[in-house]
Amino acid sequence: MSVNDVIIDGFVSNKVEFITTVPCKQLGGVIEAAEAHPDIYHIPSNKEDEGMGLCAGAFMGGKRSAIIMQNTAIGVTINTLVTLTQFYRMPLPMLISYRGELREPVACQAEMAVHTKALLAQINIPTYHFHRQSDVEEFDDILKYTFMCNKPVAILTDATFWGGY
Amino acid sequence: MIRSDIIKELAPTIKDTLTVCNIGLPSQEMHMIDDQPSNFYMLGTMGLASSIGLGLALAQKSKVLVIDGDGSVLTNLGTLPTIANNVADNYVLLIIDNGSYGSTGDQPTYAGKKTSLTAVAKACGCENVIECKAEDTVQVVKDALAGDKMTVIVSKCESGNIKVPVITMDPVVIRDRFMKTVAAQNA
Repeated sequence: MSVNDVIIDGFVSNKVEFITTVPCKQLGGVIEAAEAHPDIYHIPSNKEDEGMGLCAGAFMGGKRSAIIMQNTAIGVTINTLVTLTQFYRMPLPMLISYRGELREPVACQAEMAVHTKALLAQINIPTYHFHRQSDVEEFDDILKYTFMCNKPVAILTDATFWGGY
Repeated sequence: MIRSDIIKELAPTIKDTLTVCNIGLPSQEMHMIDDQPSNFYMLGTMGLASSIGLGLALAQKSKVLVIDGDGSVLTNLGTLPTIANNVADNYVLLIIDNGSYGSTGDQPTYAGKKTSLTAVAKACGCENVIECKAEDTVQVVKDALAGDKMTVIVSKCESGNIKVPVITMDPVVIRDRFMKTVAAQNA
């Protein structure tokens, strides 16, 4: 089973029915799989904070929601994560492509990569890092943890995890 | 008419309607005029009222009204294509367009200058966009909530504010009573 399938199966078996995405090359396969799955309402966002607003609304409407995005957007979503998701105590799994790590071809991506974990730590977001493909085995537990504690939780997925691109 | 006049007139009509209120004065005015558990007050996060409302409308069956502002929509302009392309016929977006950032001291917005949010919404693909005068807003909202068509309303009013207290209710309380209301309406 591909990591894309494991991730989508994890979302579906944890009743995540509403997924918003802002694309990244590394995430192409998982976004396609979310779009194709009949039990998932996939709604592309124009910006990640907009997507977090959509997720907050869907959650209050009774549907578990998640966002799939790139780490470069952490900088523009700090306010939303703090004053919406955390302030109102809402769960939000964030599947994040961790650009700028090993095997990264674009130098500029490394600039945000060096801040990614520090920013997430600064705002007390539980953060997991998928580096080896076998790390995906924890995905199910991470989703259960997210909905147990009603927090935004970050899952950083790097190029080695995705097998390069 | 200024925004608070519209909200005052609108309050009896939307008593039981799931209402997402924009950050700052719209939430504070709604809270002071007619606090209801069916109101979701935004205490922070400029710009996202329309997105929260859309997520809510797509996730459940009850009608959803968003009371937003021109400044807020300009902050999150990407919301309009998302609304247009994810049609929820239980969704009514009311943009109270006073051409200013009211909560921060009435600094002018571009919506009060050359930019027409009505034209922007239409260009983004929103199919049912109504621009109305402040005086006609309550009737237009009533009709939209009675219908079964996603509607974007741009209500043109004057800028100006009244004195209102800040909301001291805990955000988790706001969210919890709102979610209980949503669940009851969908039971």
